Amino acid sequence: MLPDSIQTWFAAKGWSIHPHQHAMLERRSNPATLLIAPTGGGKTMAGFLPTLADLATAPHDGLHTLYVSPLKALAADIKRNLRAPVDEIGLPIRVEDRTGDTSQSRKRRQRADPPHILLTTPESLALLISYPDAHRTFKGLKRIIVDEIHALAESKRGDQLMLALSKLQDLCPDLCRVGLSATVDDPDAIARTLACHPDPCDIVLADPGPAPDIAMLHVDQPPPWAGGGAAYAIPAVLEQVKRHKTTLIFHNTRAQAEIFFRNLWLANDDALPIAIHHGSLDREQRERVEGAMVRGELRAVVCTGSLDLGIDWGDVDLVIQIGAPKNVKRLVQRIGRANHRYNAPSKALLVPANRFEVVECRAALEAVQAGDLDGEARRSGPLDVLCQHILITACAGPFAADDLFAQVSTVGDYANLPRDRFDACLDFCATGGYALKAYDQWQRLIKRPDGLWQLRDPRAAARIRMNLGTIQDADLLKVRLKRSRGGKPLGEVEEAFAASLTPGDTFLIGGRIVRYEGLREMTVEVSRNANKKPKVAVFSGTKFATSTQLSQRILQMFKQDHWPDLPAHTADWLHLQREVSELPRAGHLLFESFPHDGRAYSCIYGFAGRNAQQTLGLLLTKRMEELGLDPLGFVSTDYATLIWGLEPVTAPEPLLDPTGLRDGLEGWLAGNLVMKRSFRAVATIAGLIERNQPGARKNGRQATFSSDILYDTLRKYDPDHLLLKVTRDEAMRGLVDFGRVEEMLTRIQGRITHRQLGRITPLAAPLLLEIGKVPVKGAGEEKLLQQETEALMRKSGLSDLAS
Amino acid sequence: MIGFDFSFAGTSLTALGSGALWWSSERVLVVSDLHLGKSERHARRGGGTLPPYETADTLQRLSQLITQSDPATVICLGDTFDDLAAVQALLPTERTQLHDLVAARRWIWIEGNHDPAPTDLGGAHYESHNIGPLTFRHIAAPATQGEVSGHYHPKARLRSTSRPAFLVDQSRVILPAFGTYTGGLRSTDPALTALMDQNALAILTGPRPLPMPMPR
Repeated sequence: MLPDSIQTWFAAKGWSIHPHQHAMLERRSNPATLLIAPTGGGKTMAGFLPTLADLATAPHDGLHTLYVSPLKALAADIKRNLRAPVDEIGLPIRVEDRTGDTSQSRKRRQRADPPHILLTTPESLALLISYPDAHRTFKGLKRIIVDEIHALAESKRGDQLMLALSKLQDLCPDLCRVGLSATVDDPDAIARTLACHPDPCDIVLADPGPAPDIAMLHVDQPPPWAGGGAAYAIPAVLEQVKRHKTTLIFHNTRAQAEIFFRNLWLANDDALPIAIHHGSLDREQRERVEGAMVRGELRAVVCTGSLDLGIDWGDVDLVIQIGAPKNVKRLVQRIGRANHRYNAPSKALLVPANRFEVVECRAALEAVQAGDLDGEARRSGPLDVLCQHILITACAGPFAADDLFAQVSTVGDYANLPRDRFDACLDFCATGGYALKAYDQWQRLIKRPDGLWQLRDPRAAARIRMNLGTIQDADLLKVRLKRSRGGKPLGEVEEAFAASLTPGDTFLIGGRIVRYEGLREMTVEVSRNANKKPKVAVFSGTKFATSTQLSQRILQMFKQDHWPDLPAHTADWLHLQREVSELPRAGHLLFESFPHDGRAYSCIYGFAGRNAQQTLGLLLTKRMEELGLDPLGFVSTDYATLIWGLEPVTAPEPLLDPTGLRDGLEGWLAGNLVMKRSFRAVATIAGLIERNQPGARKNGRQATFSSDILYDTLRKYDPDHLLLKVTRDEAMRGLVDFGRVEEMLTRIQGRITHRQLGRITPLAAPLLLEIGKVPVKGAGEEKLLQQETEALMRKSGLSDLAS
Repeated sequence: MIGFDFSFAGTSLTALGSGALWWSSERVLVVSDLHLGKSERHARRGGGTLPPYETADTLQRLSQLITQSDPATVICLGDTFDDLAAVQALLPTERTQLHDLVAARRWIWIEGNHDPAPTDLGGAHYESHNIGPLTFRHIAAPATQGEVSGHYHPKARLRSTSRPAFLVDQSRVILPAFGTYTGGLRSTDPALTALMDQNALAILTGPRPLPMPMPR
């Protein structure tokens, strides 16, 4: 099945072909094939072997195989890895990559004269299909390989990619699709995403290899009651780093990674080479770390999800996960980063950051051993991405709505899209889709007499291309050292965080403490600062919510009489809770009320995940306000919400009535920040808000106004607008996560156990220490502002001048 | 009128929570930077089609304010329209509404960088205009006394709250933008810190205008 030249090369290397690589060769002409293999299983080679075999036997004119990966770095990595066989066998194959980093002249040349194998990202591909000459560029294309498809399938980048594929399939009807995936809970769902609907898609399962060697890290000192830093474990972690060659230390958020790295560095008396890597760091700095890792110069890297994907980062023999993994699937993929060799078990250690996470980590360990991965039900294709795809299509030239709808319907996640929804998206792209028709002569797309749609102003194509993509990083600001002529770039922080800084504040970035000096032309200027303790230590990053499956496992564990698998400090804590109150049970809702420190507290154990518990906190305090219970604030974790106020809750049932909560949600959504954030993302992807404008000076002048204003205006004047619907659907599933609130209410069916107690309970106590307390605002905000401004006026002596 | 009263160049002025300035002794109402027709201009120039409701929204707020204060004179401090073509693109209802407002009282248009020429909507049109000790112009001039201007869309921040704000010192008042689709320039921007003296106040707009030392 393989040409002699390739067989010989394999033999000379002393390699044999894995069974799953064979299986992929056999299926080389199938319309779609999905390969599921563990990291290090020769996945990429399995994807490319049929291509190499093809090109070794018959010469091919133009593009043969398109490879798409979620990371630019992965494309570059694969290019290096393909060089070896291509050069050593002497195959007449041109391999090139094309990403945001590729030069303009090279990109132009690639369109006119494409290589045999082009390695790219979803965004670069979307750009390629937006050119009128796309049909020439992709002429003769035979195969498309989508790497790390499990990661792409979870995001809008995957939706954009699959829409682009539908166009390529139209240009090249015989195109074969290959997906390469890590272990997932539901391979069929990924297969449906990959295939051109309704084509079948074969699934090839590689040998998953030996079970991972995974345990909880033993630390003499018990973890703290709350928080996510895991500073108590630093000595034990350092000890593990010393005992292994290269250790990856994963964190759930960038802020935690920064703090942990700093603490690790302070304790690193042997000066072991340890680095930090996360998505907010400057590219140059990240590349330096990556290079050092490949060369085997680092003993440990403190990192976040930015190292999750399958790049071969050298000889990692231990993975440490700091903090509860929140999601079993992600944990398994992270564990796979260790021992990047087939047939060797991966070694991993879990480090709970607080007492509750001990329970969570234990539950995750059991889930990994049981092979019980968590997954979410697949959603239908997001409409904001479809809107962008319609605009991209228009950039390439005139199109017929019927043809485009037929193409879009071949994408798995859009297969059931009703025609009227598609038409609503098209109308949005053309006119804005407003109830008030004000733009008749300035439509973005116009329908020609022959029925085809085209851009009204061809110059709009450049603007659309500038704003292409679904990754939302619009609100990041660069951080630089302050110098007369622009100092060294250090990384990025969120705009909201930068706005909260005043000169003199200190924060951590890239493992060092810097002092905020000021904002200059959208760049945060900082100076080095030798302070021992950063005053401000947090910049926000993704906070994952514990998956439903993991939460259920924890509730199952609570049913046990004893916990021999848990450390004594944690088991004792649970016993005490059982004695004083009770442990939360599946199918019931535990609602504790108790006085503490002069306030009335309530703790609601919903186990619905952080976002849903947060939403529950907002809705409950809103209802409490209406009932005159004077709530003052609340705080949420993945498993509970703690509310404090002036009056005690005596009857929780009316607060938790589903209809009441749903009504509250409607009202609350009005001015909610979470909704506004979702709207900003949706409106940017759909093309309503342009992040980049031709010739615009990026200095944050009054030219730009906040997307919040657009949101408020639409709510007021056009409440049924398409983008508001999309925003709502999205927030309900994501940041608001009302789905999980509903799921919880269905699960408990009104079975609420109300415990009125004399003092704070063991399970509720850690919540008092949690950060992220939310004050209940209202008239309160105005009152507070008034007090503060008056104090400032008095202090500055200006109040005498003003009157 | 509920607002923050302050004395300026021998007059007594009131900063209103809506971002308008009220001179009660002369019954003069001043608003700045309405940017009417912004979404239309955006679409016309090939950008996205923004929700076309900002002109109606701005006019509705302005007309409410006029009903409440019943001014003898209204001064629009420039950039009333996002560009001159936007004047012609007003929807018939919006045009009528604006026309009626202008016809009912003395109305003064100060020209701005976005709308540098007279319109066909009535009222008087000036590059700048003096009433008593006060000079009304669009962009603050370097050395000046008793000047009321707009243009910069100033805003000020207190902790996590950032709001459009009046900037006031001994010699000038800069108004926040009144238009619905208008962003803001932080008071800490060099353009504003250079203009305003050390004792300048920022008056935050909102349900109740709040004076504070201008953040620099």
